[in-house]
Amino acid sequence: MAIKPLCHSQKSDLEQGENLGEGASLFFSKWQDERVAKPVLSLNQVTIRFAGDSGDGMQLTGDRFTMDTASLGNDLSTLPNFPAEIRAPQGTLLGVSSFQLHFADHLVQTPGDAPDILVAMNPAALKANIGDLQRGATIIVDKDEFTTRNLTRVGYLQNPLEDGSLESYKIHAVPLTSLTVAALSQLSLSRKEAERSKNMFALGLLTWMYHRPTASTENFLKVKFSKKPEILEANLLAYRTGWNYGETTEDFSVSYEIAPAKMPPGRYRNISGNTAMAYGLIAASQRSGLKLFLGSYPITPASDILHELSKHKKFGVISFQAEDEIAAIGSALGASYGGSLGITTTSGPGVALKSEMIGLGVMLELPLIIIDVQRGGPSTGLPTKTEQADLLQAMFGRNGESPVAVIAPSSPSDCFAIAMEAARIATTYRVPVIILSDGYIANGSEPWKIPEVDSLPDLHVEFAKSQENFQPYLRDPKTLARPWAIPGTKGIEHRIGGLEKADVTGEISYEATNHDLMVRARAAKVAGIEVPNLAVDDPTGEADVLLLGWGSTFGPIASAVEMLRNNGEHIAQAHLRYINPFPRNLGDVLKKYSKVIVPEMNLGQLSMLLRSQYLKDVIGYNMVRGLPFTTSEIVEATMEVLHG
Amino acid sequence: MADITLTKKDFTSDQEVRWCPGCGDYSILSTMQSYLPELGIERENIVFISGIGCSSRFPYYLNTFGMHSIHGRAPTIATGLAISRPDLTIFVVTGDGDALSIGGNHLIHSLRRNIELKILLFNNRIYGLTKGQYSPTSEQGKITKSTPLGSLDTPFNPISLALGAEASFVARTVDSDRKHLTETLRAATAHKGSALIEIYQNCPIFNDGAFDMVTDKETKGGALLQLVHGQPIKSETHGLVHSGASLKVVELASVPESELVVHDAHNPDPAYAFALSRLSSSALDHVPVGVFRDVERSGYGSLVNSQVGEIIAAQGAGDIGKLLNSGDTWSVD
Repeated sequence: MAIKPLCHSQKSDLEQGENLGEGASLFFSKWQDERVAKPVLSLNQVTIRFAGDSGDGMQLTGDRFTMDTASLGNDLSTLPNFPAEIRAPQGTLLGVSSFQLHFADHLVQTPGDAPDILVAMNPAALKANIGDLQRGATIIVDKDEFTTRNLTRVGYLQNPLEDGSLESYKIHAVPLTSLTVAALSQLSLSRKEAERSKNMFALGLLTWMYHRPTASTENFLKVKFSKKPEILEANLLAYRTGWNYGETTEDFSVSYEIAPAKMPPGRYRNISGNTAMAYGLIAASQRSGLKLFLGSYPITPASDILHELSKHKKFGVISFQAEDEIAAIGSALGASYGGSLGITTTSGPGVALKSEMIGLGVMLELPLIIIDVQRGGPSTGLPTKTEQADLLQAMFGRNGESPVAVIAPSSPSDCFAIAMEAARIATTYRVPVIILSDGYIANGSEPWKIPEVDSLPDLHVEFAKSQENFQPYLRDPKTLARPWAIPGTKGIEHRIGGLEKADVTGEISYEATNHDLMVRARAAKVAGIEVPNLAVDDPTGEADVLLLGWGSTFGPIASAVEMLRNNGEHIAQAHLRYINPFPRNLGDVLKKYSKVIVPEMNLGQLSMLLRSQYLKDVIGYNMVRGLPFTTSEIVEATMEVLHG
Repeated sequence: MADITLTKKDFTSDQEVRWCPGCGDYSILSTMQSYLPELGIERENIVFISGIGCSSRFPYYLNTFGMHSIHGRAPTIATGLAISRPDLTIFVVTGDGDALSIGGNHLIHSLRRNIELKILLFNNRIYGLTKGQYSPTSEQGKITKSTPLGSLDTPFNPISLALGAEASFVARTVDSDRKHLTETLRAATAHKGSALIEIYQNCPIFNDGAFDMVTDKETKGGALLQLVHGQPIKSETHGLVHSGASLKVVELASVPESELVVHDAHNPDPAYAFALSRLSSSALDHVPVGVFRDVERSGYGSLVNSQVGEIIAAQGAGDIGKLLNSGDTWSVD
C-alpha cells in the first residue's frame, strides 16, 4: 500500500496554517474548492464506527462528526459505547471505547447493525470490533499502534495487517500517530501532547471522505480551547492535516456524498436523550409556572441530566446534589410538598434505594417525577450499557399496594415530550411518575425538529386555596386527585404522613374498611390516568402478526418492520409509551392479532404484564447483552414466527 | 409581625395525643405550643417534619403544616422544602434512633450544609416505638430485649457528632425544664442556619429514670453545668477551668470565681465547644446544658437562592425558545 509522503502542496498548506484565527476557515475552504480531482460516489446511507482507547477521545470525535452530519441535513442515529472505567489499562480490550453513527438520505431508525467503516485507533479497538463487520467493510487503522507489544497485549500472535487475515476487508493502514506528530512538529509540544490530537486527524480524514462541512468543528475547537491557544492550534492542524491526507494521498481514491434526508420543514438540531429530558423538564417548569427542583445523586448513565439542568439556573432551576439517592428523592418530595415540580434522576440501583420514598409519595399523593435511566443489572451490573430490566421494579418495587404511573420514551428526542407528559400526569393526578429511559437513548442522539414554544402543552396547576373546614384527602371526582395544599396557605394547615389516611379527612386511620377503600382509591386513580390510545401501524390491514415494543426498542423494531414490508411481509407494529396505565385499547389490539411478538432488552417483563393483564400468550424476544437490538435480529426473529 | 397575636390554643391541633402517660414528649409539646406564639409567625408559614419513632408523632399535635415522614429521612424532605421555600420556618422533630442510626447520614449533611432547619433531637437513649431495643445513644452494657447480655456498642455523643459535622448551632436542654427549653428554642429560632437541639427526654416505659441525675431536685443542681454566653460555666457545686488544651470540672470551693471559664458560644474555633461536649458522659454527673455553639455562617437555602437570583439579574430570566434553539441548528424548507 503506497502512502505518499507529505507532498509539497500539503507542506505549504501547513506553513500557511500557522496563520490561525479568522483567516483559517477561508484557507480551509480553499482546500475544499480544490477537491475536484478524485471521483465522488453517492451513497444512500453509511454506518461508521470510531473505536479507540478510552483516553483517545472517540466520543468527542463521534460527537463532532455527528454534529457536522446533522447540520448537512442527513437523518441519523448514534450509539456511544464505552467502558465503566474512566481510564482502563491502555491498549487493552477492556479499555475500548466506541461511537457508532448511522446517517442517510432517508429516515434513520437505528445506529446501524454492522458498520460499513471502522476507524480503529489501536489493535485492541480492531480486535474488539472486527466481529461486528461484514466482509467488504472498510477499516482504517492507526498503523503506528500495531507494535509487537500492543499486538501481544490483546492476543494477536501476528500482525493482522500483514498476515492476510483481513483480506476480505478494505484496509487503510495509516500512520496516524506519526503523521499527526510530524504535522505538529513546528509547535512546541511534547510528543505525548502532540499525539493527543490524533483523533482530530482521524476526524479530518473522515470529514474529507464523507464531504462533511468543517466550520462547525473548527468553531467548536476554538471555543473549547479558547484559553489554550497552543492546544487549539494543535487540534486545528491535526484536523486539517487529516482532511488534507484524504485529499492528497493515493490511499484514498474516492470520497462519498450522502444527500440530505427529506425531513418535514422546520428548524432542527441534534439532541441526545439526556439533554432532551433536561429540556423537557425545563419546558414543563415554564409551562406549569412551577419552580423546577431537581434532587439528584450522581450515577451513570443519568448524571448528564443533572449536569444539563445545573447549567440553566436562570430558568429558576434548583439543582441539588444530595448526599445519597434517598436524600435526592426526599428533597424532591419535600420541594413538591412546597409546591415545586419535584424531580429526581437516577438509574436502577438508585431506584432500589428510593423505593421507600416513592411509597411515601404514593401515600402523600403528591406530584413527583422519578427518572430511571436504566442500565444493565442486577446490582452494579453494567453501568455504561443499556437494558430494560427495571420495568417490573418500576411497577412493583415497593412494599404494599403502591401504584405509580410508568411511562417510557421511545427515542432520544422523545425524552423531551415524555418529560412534559410526566409533569402533566404527576401534577394532574398528584402521583409519582416513573420515566423509564435507558442508556441507549440517554446517550444516543438524533436530529430533532425544534417545537414552537406556543405549541407546547399548557401545564397550569391550581393549588388548594384558603378555605374553612379544609379536607386534605377529599378527591376530585374526575381525576381522583386530592388537593395540592402547600404550606403558606392560610386556613388549610393540616398534617400528612406515611400512616394510612382516613378518606376525606386525611387523619390517621387504622380502620379495616377505610384501608381497603384507600388502597383501591389509589389504584383506581392511577388506573384512571388519561393516556392516548395505542396507535397501530398496519398499512395493509392484512397483518396477522404484531410487533409490540416499549421504550428504546422503537428504532430497531421500526427498522425491522420496514425491511420486512419491503420483502413483501405483512406485519403490524405498535409501541407503548404508557405502561401504567396501559392504553385503554391495548386489550383490543392484542386480540386482533393472532401472534404478538414482544422484543425487550430483558427476560420478558412486558410479556409478563401483558399475559397477566390480558391473558394473551405473547411471544417474547429477549436479549440482555447491554446493547440495543439490531434490525436484522428482529427481522430474523419475526421471520421465524411468520414462517417457522 | 407585631400584629400577629396567637395563643397556645391556636397551635394545638384537634388530635388526641397518644404518647404513654408520663412520657417526656408531653412537656416538650406543651412547651413548644406555648413558645410558638412568641415567634410572631403565622401558623401557615410554620412546618414540622418528622421521621419515625415516638417523637415523630409530634407534628400531628400542632396546628401548623406538618409531615410525619419515613424513618430517618425527615431532614431530606425538610431540605428540599427549605431550599425551595425560604419563606417558611421549618422544624425537624426526630429521636436518637431516627436521627443518629437510620438517618445519621442525613443529619450530618444537613448540619454541614447549614440548611435553615431547627432540628429537635429527642434523646431517650432507647427505641421506644419498637418496644425497647438499645439505641445509638444507649450506654455501653445496657440490657435490653436485643442485648440480653448487655450492649457492646460505644454510644454517640450527639453534641460531639453535630460539631464534627460543622454545625453552626448546637444546644442541649432537658424535657422537664420548661424555662430552659423555651430559652433554648428562642436561641435556636433566632439562629439563621441549621440548629440542633438535643433534648434529654425520659421514656417512662422502656428507659425510665435515664436522666434522673439531671432532673431530680437532689442531684440536678450539682449535675447541670449552665452554659450562658458571657457567664462563668458552673453548676451549684462545680465549675469549669482550663486544663492544658482541655477543660476540667472542679469543685467551686477549690478555685476563685475569676478562674472559671467564661462561656463564649460565638467562639469560631469548634474545638472549644467540642471540649465542652466531652464533659458529659453516660453517667451524667456533669452535664453542660445550654447553647454550646452559635456562630454565623450563610444558610444553604439562602446561598442557593442567591446564586439563582444573581444569574437572573446578570443574564435575565431564561427564554425557553432560545434554549431549544441553542447550539448547532439548521433549517429544512
